Amino acid sequence: MSIKIFVPGDSAALALGADAVTRAILAEAARRNIAVNLVRNGSRGMLWLEPLVEVQTAKGRVAYGPVSADDVAGLFDAKFDQGDKHALGLGLTEEIPYLKRQERLTFARVGITDPVSLEDYLAHDGYQGLHKALTMPAAAIVQQVTESGLRGRGGAAFPTGIKWQTVLNTAAAQKYIVCNADEGDSGTFADRMLMEGDPFVLIEGMTIAALAVGATQGYIYVRSEYPYAITVLNEAIEIARKAGYLGANILQSGKGFQLEVRKGAGSYVCGEETALLESLEGKRGIVRAKPPLPAISGLFGKPTVINNVISLASMPIILDKGAAFYKDYGMGCSRGTLPFQLAGNIRHGGLIEKAFGVTLRELLYEFGGGSASGRPIKAVQVGGPLGSYLPESQWDTPLDYEAYTNLWAVLGHGGIVVHDDRADLAKLARYAMKFCAIESCGKCTPCRIGATRGVEVMDKIIANQDRPAQVELLRDLCDTMLNGSMCAMGGMTPYPVLSALNHFAKDFGVVK
Amino acid sequence: MSQAYNHEQIAAIIATQQDRPGALLPILHDIQDALGYIPPDSVAQIASALNLSRAEVHGVITFYHHFRTTPPAKHTIQICCAEACQSMGAEHLVAHAEQKIAVRKQGDCTVQPVYCLGLCATSPAMMVDDQLHARVTTEKFDRLIKKIGGGS
Ligand SMILES: Cc1cc2nc3c(=O)[nH]c(=O)nc-3n(C[C@H](O)[C@H](O)[C@H](O)COP(=O)(O)O)c2cc1C
Ligand code: SF4
Ligand code: FES
Repeated sequence: MSIKIFVPGDSAALALGADAVTRAILAEAARRNIAVNLVRNGSRGMLWLEPLVEVQTAKGRVAYGPVSADDVAGLFDAKFDQGDKHALGLGLTEEIPYLKRQERLTFARVGITDPVSLEDYLAHDGYQGLHKALTMPAAAIVQQVTESGLRGRGGAAFPTGIKWQTVLNTAAAQKYIVCNADEGDSGTFADRMLMEGDPFVLIEGMTIAALAVGATQGYIYVRSEYPYAITVLNEAIEIARKAGYLGANILQSGKGFQLEVRKGAGSYVCGEETALLESLEGKRGIVRAKPPLPAISGLFGKPTVINNVISLASMPIILDKGAAFYKDYGMGCSRGTLPFQLAGNIRHGGLIEKAFGVTLRELLYEFGGGSASGRPIKAVQVGGPLGSYLPESQWDTPLDYEAYTNLWAVLGHGGIVVHDDRADLAKLARYAMKFCAIESCGKCTPCRIGATRGVEVMDKIIANQDRPAQVELLRDLCDTMLNGSMCAMGGMTPYPVLSALNHFAKDFGVVK
Repeated sequence: MSQAYNHEQIAAIIATQQDRPGALLPILHDIQDALGYIPPDSVAQIASALNLSRAEVHGVITFYHHFRTTPPAKHTIQICCAEACQSMGAEHLVAHAEQKIAVRKQGDCTVQPVYCLGLCATSPAMMVDDQLHARVTTEKFDRLIKKIGGGS
């Protein structure tokens, strides 16, 4: 009998030497005449432990990490292949508190299954949602999505059911499903982990979307910085097609859905939905004026559902377990779970899928274990480069869309970037302006010119030139960007800038 | 010259992609993957095949940070400069890398900023050619640079 060993093939694990660990395990097992069945799983999301090696035992999967190739011989000596103790041993994976305290709905299979094994997917409740959807009229599928309370996980938090209803109601010979996998926010990697760790759940979710609105063609627009996700998706799509889960006649239902991966080209603004559609059409990623909504006139002028990876990947469980099951998680108008991504200067960085309502302090300390440097945490940016910096006084507010709106902050795509007390918030504010200047699509003046002016003003503030007047100018500029920009690129860059200024005035040399 | 060869190779790439809706980006990706960059003299060829103006094709190439119009150095080192990596010392890493590359003198490496590689919980992160690296210390950087040949 062979032993089953898991070494993640996730990008983060690869970047930490998982391939070398794999080779070492296979070589060492061969040398010792031990038969090994090695699976390249997704990541469990406990990224400080990567590469995290797991062994299947009678009691369950036992984890070791972080493992380097040099540790492998010692692990075999300690009989890790039988789940025995070792300095890197972490016990049963499922019992590790970081994992055990999560509510994994969308990420239920990530890290557990072989990402490109359809058998594995089916054995872990895969395609149950699609089977249900195939027995339902389109309007009933949309109804489930609406009732689940799901709001878009890409950042804007728009109710997904309403979007789908609009596409369903718009008659057209051709409709599209587009998955936004541009994930450009610093501090976020949930889309990447999901695509690399469980591609079939995204494929299934998009197929459900297609049935719900009457679309026959889908595109997944993946950023070029994620080459491995692209490879895994293409492989999974091919497998799904061969097995009849995609194609002209899905599972003999008479309904068809074709799916294709398209690669981005290093533009942050192409994550904005209309710029993304322009890019898919082969053009520059310039933001379109709205209306018309993409739901009415989207890709190639046709009604289009465009949703984030996590929104679409949440459809299978919503359809399988029902809207009420999903809605039961969360609080207020924030229903279900969000995969929070704990990043930056944090000891235990990783992915934490939790129901809305958890606080930043719980994530930072109970999960994250404080800063990586061991120094006090000073500021936390939530929601990507367009999100506010939160000082400690705000860490007890529940992570909920409306509660964050009241703080003049956003949850965005769930990215949480931690900075210790060495961070200079004036420099970070300057960076926010600079990033906006680099990535602006150029369509409107407040953003195109404003961001460049913002960098200049920040330079003067940092150089202590005429500070009080420059700070006033900065506020003025932010006001113009907030109110005059066509999209959230220019319209939300003031969030990190002004939150930094308001909460960390000292760093700007303004005594408060 | 290699120009004539490129012309045929590019024609072949265009032919396999041009019937796809929104074919321009896939074509540009394929050309860059094959040649390492998009030769400026291919713009007219791409434009005429897709029934676009040269200005349109040029506009698309220059809009996207990913596309290059000059041949790359033998090795490209992309260091993430976004917030999560900044919080773990990316700025210091970039300065170190630039200094190391300068003394290396082979002129075979370029250091470029990149904005997030999705490795933000294991920062700082970088990509050397097509290999990802996370938790990159200056020591780890030096080891990696030695590995890609020459080394100082
Ligand atoms: C500058 C900018 C960048 C964005 N980047 C992304 C992104 O990378 N991924 C994403 O899903 N949404 C992104 N969005 C939000 C999208 O415009 C859109 O709201 C989302 O794709 C809708 O899907 P959802 O409802 O499922 O969230 C971005 C928006 C802006 C203004
Ligand atoms: S705000 Fe910036 S990115 Fe958005 S449309 Fe205007 S110029 Fe383009
Ligand atoms: S911010 Fe550097 S990898 Fe994401």
